[in-house]
Amino acid sequence: METHFIVHDKADTVGVMVVENAQAGQELTGWIMETDETIKLKSLDPVPLGHKISLGDIKNGDTVLKYGHDVGRAVADIGKGHHVHVHNMKTKRW
Amino acid sequence: MGRYDFLGYRRENKRVGIRNHVVILPLDDLSNAAAEAVANNIKGTLALPHAYGRLQFGEDLELHFRTLIGTGANPNVAACVVIGIEPSWTGRVVEGIAKTGKPVVGIAIEGQGDISTIAAASRKAKEFVQWASEKQREVCSIEELFISAKCGESDTTSGLASCPTVGNLIDKLDPLKATTCFGETSELTGAEVVCASRAANKEVGERFMQVFRAYQDVIERHKTSDLSESQPTKGNIAGGLTTIEEKAFGNLQKIGKKAKFIDVLKPAEAPAKGPGLYYMDTSSAAAECVTLQAAAGFVVHLFPTGQGNVIGNPIEPVIKLTANPKTARTMSEHIDLDVSGILRREMTLDEAGDKLIDIVIRTCSGRLTCAEALGHREFVMTKLYQSA
Repeated sequence: METHFIVHDKADTVGVMVVENAQAGQELTGWIMETDETIKLKSLDPVPLGHKISLGDIKNGDTVLKYGHDVGRAVADIGKGHHVHVHNMKTKRW
Repeated sequence: MGRYDFLGYRRENKRVGIRNHVVILPLDDLSNAAAEAVANNIKGTLALPHAYGRLQFGEDLELHFRTLIGTGANPNVAACVVIGIEPSWTGRVVEGIAKTGKPVVGIAIEGQGDISTIAAASRKAKEFVQWASEKQREVCSIEELFISAKCGESDTTSGLASCPTVGNLIDKLDPLKATTCFGETSELTGAEVVCASRAANKEVGERFMQVFRAYQDVIERHKTSDLSESQPTKGNIAGGLTTIEEKAFGNLQKIGKKAKFIDVLKPAEAPAKGPGLYYMDTSSAAAECVTLQAAAGFVVHLFPTGQGNVIGNPIEPVIKLTANPKTARTMSEHIDLDVSGILRREMTLDEAGDKLIDIVIRTCSGRLTCAEALGHREFVMTKLYQSA
């Protein structure tokens, strides 16, 4: 079975697309590396290779978790299955 | 030969090199023309032109000398001809390199001009290169190997697989007493507390935090924005990295899960506490960082890339690995090891680490890296502040 996205840690709120040309509306298969679990998610955006996809609803101002750690904050509401990047997420540093 | 043995050059000071360069080393920008003329005259020699060396002072000048002396002293260099505008500082570099016991000579330009300098330096370079050509490789062991690591044009695949592959190698080679090094102070921002927790003891962790805070002060003093234009870079962002914190946790995967760093090195400072993992205070710019690590005596470099950084170094071979399937396909001539199979669950991290060890051993025994074959020789001095 093809893996479309990978999640580092069980606690993470985003996953990383590892295939090219994923489409909006596609049913995706994900792999949580830490626990070796397989999960399903419906993509609502065409998320490019290497870009992040939201695993659940993230509210404006929420901390985004990846590697089980704080990697920044949402600057807009991000619904489950949407593309997460510079348009809706920012650093907490500098 | 054992699994972790390789064929290297054992130098006069017992340090082991994996290349046999005769370097023509300019002290300063003014001496580049003569150095390049000598390297053109005498085949098999290597000039290392660079931009600096005039009117530097204080800690910046010390770093200039440490970088030049360390480069000439690196065990990948068999012998060295130093050319400078005047004899005093030229002699200081020669003296530093001579402590290794290798052949080194200095020639100054003032009072004789470029043409006579080039003639005299060419005669010495010819003598050195013929002498070096008779050096033989011999069996060396992993505890004699100095390996550095730094990633570039990272993307999220770097944090998922190519950086963890380097980490897997470090976790396997650390107990075998290899000497290893990571750096990139600015690219630990957001992961600095986790990084400090990987220090061998509290004192080393605190020294790391001092270096980290000093770097934050530099950024605070000079920044005109939140640095989102520079860190992450445009290439990082194209590859899906959004914030410096996300990039930092990916970067930190390079030190694996178990190894602890035993010391904090200044830029280009040689490790002095025996085998183990070292942290060096460096810029995160690829060529600057690798040049500093080479000057500290590291002889082979591991470079995970996501979007496809093409860097090499003139004296320290740079092994490139990627987990990005698109980069592996579109830039294959730059990639020594493709670990994108990890993302397809066709390859485990443990297998990828073993494959990287194999390619390191082969490179150390003489296999040219992609960057060497393509002629990448980025030699970039780090400058701490403006000259007088």
